[in-house]
Amino acid sequence: MNSLSNLQKVLAEGKFAVTAEIGPPKGSDPNKIIDKADVLKGYADAFNITDNQTAVVRLSSMGGCFILLKMELEPIMQISCRDRNRIALQSDVLGACANGVRNILFITGDHQSFGNHPDAKGVYDLDSIQLISIVKDMRDSGIFQSGDKILSGNPDVFIGAAANPFADPFEFRVDRLEKKIKAGSDFIQTQSVFNLDKFNAWMDEVCSRNLDKKVHILAGITPLKSLKMTERMKFFVPGVDIPNDVYDRMKKAGDPKKEGFSIACDLINAVKKIKGVHGIHITALFWEDIIPNLVKDTDLYPRSNSVY
Amino acid sequence: MIITRQKNLEDILCSIEKGPVFLVGCSECATLCHTGGEEEVLDMKKALEKKNITVSGWVILDPACHFLNDKRLLKSHKDEISKAKKILVLACGNGVQTVSEIIESADIIPGTDTLFLGEIKRLGDFEKRCSLCGDCIQDLFGALCPIARCPKEMLNGPCGGAIDGKCEISTDLECIWDVIYKRLKEKGQLERLKEIKKPKDWSKSTEMRRIL
Repeated sequence: MNSLSNLQKVLAEGKFAVTAEIGPPKGSDPNKIIDKADVLKGYADAFNITDNQTAVVRLSSMGGCFILLKMELEPIMQISCRDRNRIALQSDVLGACANGVRNILFITGDHQSFGNHPDAKGVYDLDSIQLISIVKDMRDSGIFQSGDKILSGNPDVFIGAAANPFADPFEFRVDRLEKKIKAGSDFIQTQSVFNLDKFNAWMDEVCSRNLDKKVHILAGITPLKSLKMTERMKFFVPGVDIPNDVYDRMKKAGDPKKEGFSIACDLINAVKKIKGVHGIHITALFWEDIIPNLVKDTDLYPRSNSVY
Repeated sequence: MIITRQKNLEDILCSIEKGPVFLVGCSECATLCHTGGEEEVLDMKKALEKKNITVSGWVILDPACHFLNDKRLLKSHKDEISKAKKILVLACGNGVQTVSEIIESADIIPGTDTLFLGEIKRLGDFEKRCSLCGDCIQDLFGALCPIARCPKEMLNGPCGGAIDGKCEISTDLECIWDVIYKRLKEKGQLERLKEIKKPKDWSKSTEMRRIL
């Protein structure tokens, strides 16, 4: 690679990275992103812009990334396999890179039946592992999936992938991570961690296979904003594991927002100590303005290496 | 087998507008699905007549997707067909088109929705098994097909959404990756799942095999 992205630099120097998610709006108003980004500036090393998450139509990840670049913030673009075939996926990687996007996270994507266009046709020409391996070949070998040569500029991508340590079958989760690493992932953002026992068990296995030396794992952190949100995530969101002790804390809380914040701080302080965890990825759903306090109260501020 | 589901009567009446109607069933898949066998064709006849739509006749093709057989059988119903303005076909999407190649004097109306290539688990209980992709790779997955049975068609699954062996999109649907994992584990072949499966060659499912 020619030069390092800010996120890559932080991780390469062995510093504990912080990334944060910015949900793009259901509309074309750029201020919805600018306002959120203004609040978060300086509190994370790079910012994910999601790609029509939960299959709900929003401003595109690439478009959102361009807004961040104009603000001189570092974006992490997300690309899901749900809405594009291999032609469009490779083309978007080139287009994003040409405009200065350096980090891209590749996911298979939430099924269209969850979203606001359940009658849409899902594409799923590739899965995330195949896409990651294609992008690695584009970057390192200058070839497209078809074997054709890239003629003018290999995309210089720091490749990200998602991992869910909590889904079934649990025994297969580290194997799947290993496949994502073999395919070419440079960093991993995990599903939100609430179940520390399970996360620890997963990380133990990750470290015992030395995978923590091959990839940077950022643990997912989601502050719970209310009991309602806790219950929705616990009972209805696929792949989320909220154990009963966390649920009970939220149920008994006089001030659920305060308790949710304090649970998130406890989780950050806990994952900071876990061997092999190289950072956190904060997803504060509809609560992005809590992120500065979360980062400050867990001694992750200022972001020393942040170039911005 | 090709699994079909009969359209509801209101929609069929809407497509027919007015008769007379000639009814076509199929001796194979639609008979086994109970959507277009003799019994269902006669029930349809009764239902249409109750709505004051004349039924000029009916036939069960053997099977509806067989062009030459259809030609022969339909010839013997020439008079009844000539009286009809609409032909209601209770067979799969293939049957509809084969009939339409033979009968030109009337409009052809599909009376079923063709759903998938699947298994009859028990009476009235069907499950998709094959997407007709033209390039069978089930040997890699313990003779189970993730293309047909995973809603995200993942070849390097499972995704992160399955809980207790159920697919994230419906608790009625088993996560086929959970089944694949368990089957390969039993066979001592879990190593197979560690290989990265390359992108599928979809050219084998499109232009390459429209004609054989």
